[in-house]
Amino acid sequence: MSAPSETFLGFPAFPEAAHDAVRDRELRRTMRHATHTIRDKRARAVAELADWDELRTAGAQLKERTLRHLPHYLEQLEEAVTRAGGTVHWAADAAEANRIVAELVRETGEQEVVKVKSMATQEIGLNEALAAEDITAYETDLAELIVQLGRDRPSHILVPAIHRDRRQIQEIFRERMADWGRTAPENLTDDPVQLAEAARLHLREKFLNARVAVSGANFMIAETGTMVVVESEGNGRMCLTLPDTLITVAGIEKVVPTWRDLEVFLQTLPRSSTAERMNPYTSTWTGTTDGDGPRAFHLVLLDNGRTDTLADQVGRQALRCIRCSACLNVCPVYERTGGHAYGSVYPGPIGAVLTPQLHGIQSEVGASLPYASSLCGACYDVCPVAIDIPEVLVHLRERIAEQGGKGHRLEKAAVNAAGWVLNHPRALEVGERLASLTRRLQPKRLPGPGAAQWTRSRDLPELPARSFRAWWKENR
Amino acid sequence: MRIALFVTCVNDAAFPSAGIATVRLLERLGCQVDFPPAQTCCGQPQYNTGYRKATEPLVHRMAEAFDGYDHIVAPSGSCAAMVRDNYPRMGRRAAAEGRGEALNRAAEALVPRMYELTEFLVDVLGRTEVGAYFPHSVTYHPSCHGLRLLRLGDRPHRLLEAVEGLELRELPNAEECCGFGGTFAVKNADVSTAMGIDKVKSAVGTGAEVLCGADNSCLMHLGGILRRHDQPQRPLHLAEILAATREEPLDPYVPDPYVPAEPTRTPRADTRPDQPPRSSTA
Repeated sequence: MSAPSETFLGFPAFPEAAHDAVRDRELRRTMRHATHTIRDKRARAVAELADWDELRTAGAQLKERTLRHLPHYLEQLEEAVTRAGGTVHWAADAAEANRIVAELVRETGEQEVVKVKSMATQEIGLNEALAAEDITAYETDLAELIVQLGRDRPSHILVPAIHRDRRQIQEIFRERMADWGRTAPENLTDDPVQLAEAARLHLREKFLNARVAVSGANFMIAETGTMVVVESEGNGRMCLTLPDTLITVAGIEKVVPTWRDLEVFLQTLPRSSTAERMNPYTSTWTGTTDGDGPRAFHLVLLDNGRTDTLADQVGRQALRCIRCSACLNVCPVYERTGGHAYGSVYPGPIGAVLTPQLHGIQSEVGASLPYASSLCGACYDVCPVAIDIPEVLVHLRERIAEQGGKGHRLEKAAVNAAGWVLNHPRALEVGERLASLTRRLQPKRLPGPGAAQWTRSRDLPELPARSFRAWWKENR
Repeated sequence: MRIALFVTCVNDAAFPSAGIATVRLLERLGCQVDFPPAQTCCGQPQYNTGYRKATEPLVHRMAEAFDGYDHIVAPSGSCAAMVRDNYPRMGRRAAAEGRGEALNRAAEALVPRMYELTEFLVDVLGRTEVGAYFPHSVTYHPSCHGLRLLRLGDRPHRLLEAVEGLELRELPNAEECCGFGGTFAVKNADVSTAMGIDKVKSAVGTGAEVLCGADNSCLMHLGGILRRHDQPQRPLHLAEILAATREEPLDPYVPDPYVPAEPTRTPRADTRPDQPPRSSTA
């Protein structure tokens, strides 16, 4: 098991973080608006395709089959990348991946890199690791830029600054842009067009000066060793083509066998993530090409808990994830807490199944995330690769309950006691009768960890004078 | 046709009216209903909290209790979904763990006969008009497991729309979870409450006199919030509305006869039904 990203170290378990988040009115308003907007747009974009269910099944099966033969495709990929002039590095965990990237940058003699938005590098805390080596990483995705300038943490997989409204973004640009490069234009308003233009001018300098770029990959095609990055802003295209050296960090589960497999994912990913029929920029590159683009290409293949995840027959389906974030946008829990409450680089439903598997269930955060769901099933419905997130959540709860620890001993005793009663209907009947007889003595607000959590915000139903069981006996 | 009522433990212990209404409704429609007393609980709370193996004896108990019946009818989408969705999954896991096929067989014996009430009425009995009379405004919350696991679709709406005198008011964001979620309601009480308050706001915003659902567990959560905020809207199980007739009417302004002396559940004349609850969390 690997250590979680530095970015989120020391964060409280989900219920404590959520306690404050649900009381943040501004956050609630912003999140409600943002998630409902994208949720509705996605539903319309998906409804346009008559064969959505088939695409979803195909995507799930393609990923499932590839994961089953992962070693084969990874070796095929390595061979193809090497043949095309790239260099493949294998990183068992975050520390090794960071060490490899830092070393590669140092070899170029550069002290600055530009970055394409990437979850894998978030996951390993690459920016912080590079900073420790005196290398500055500049995020070039608009939302990542907002997060970086605001000394903030991402709260969404696709829209990391989803918790910010445009007034806050205006403030961040005006106060912080100068520290990182080109100053924000004078009289910058909170008009989205002006904000985008300010970011464009600020980032242009970075693109033109950068000699080294770091990216992730949405897909890696094993048959040709081709990397695929799917994006909306064009910053990716700049980073992938202008610098001399390109370093790509990608999880080993991102491999797909053939170009043809993209037929499925390039339909399902944009519609699920940004609700677009097709994303504006799809960049593909294969090793290096003389006189065109980077002259050196390095691929860092990241495990960081993925092999452990693969060993879990129920949990491994989480590795199908293509990071579309449709599950975040539709999740009623995520909508009310925002992403920071998850204390994890991957928030929302997918984070609740991915983070505990990648980083383990020993930490307080890891052990709390699988319970951060009402199991409403909305995430499974929208997942373009049919990850049964509720199934994995319940499975992880089982692993956590077996592990024991805080609160679980008492819980287990209660479950066992209830189990006995429920397997003895006579005892249940007596219990129900006792409860009914004493119902006037029962307080409205109960003590004890479980019951108090209920009665703090909700009345308890008053118990009936007789159970159904008793009524049946008397009347039928 | 031998029909067994699977009343569910929540209805048995806390909401007998829903079970009684289901019996009356089915008998009115010409069914002969039995209540096998060996039944207790489907095990959903334990299973969803991570105690799969502790739940297994209840699968066997369910299979034995309902052995020999043609149809098993549950006035709960969530519990019906537990049997249909999770029992086979538990059986497969047990078999994969080398613990034999017994659990699989128990699951297989139950799954094809397990019906949620509205499925049984619409699909088996072929009825959407059940002779009910309920001259009140109603909004319907389709609980998640009925909506997304059983795919009940418009069955509850068709049944409600056919009730004489009933005015059905559309619930905004109906498909969104109410926040109950079993032990989620206590393990993540803050988020659960925030979700519940949003749901209650939507429901109260319709101005309906009654908040109807097909799962009393969700209604217990929503009803608890309604009462905490002194909202007069009455939570009622769908079966209770469908069981009401001109001859035996149900008055939502009169307390549940099986829960005597229950003043707070009765709507108060001085609170307007269209006033959303105040909340500290939203």
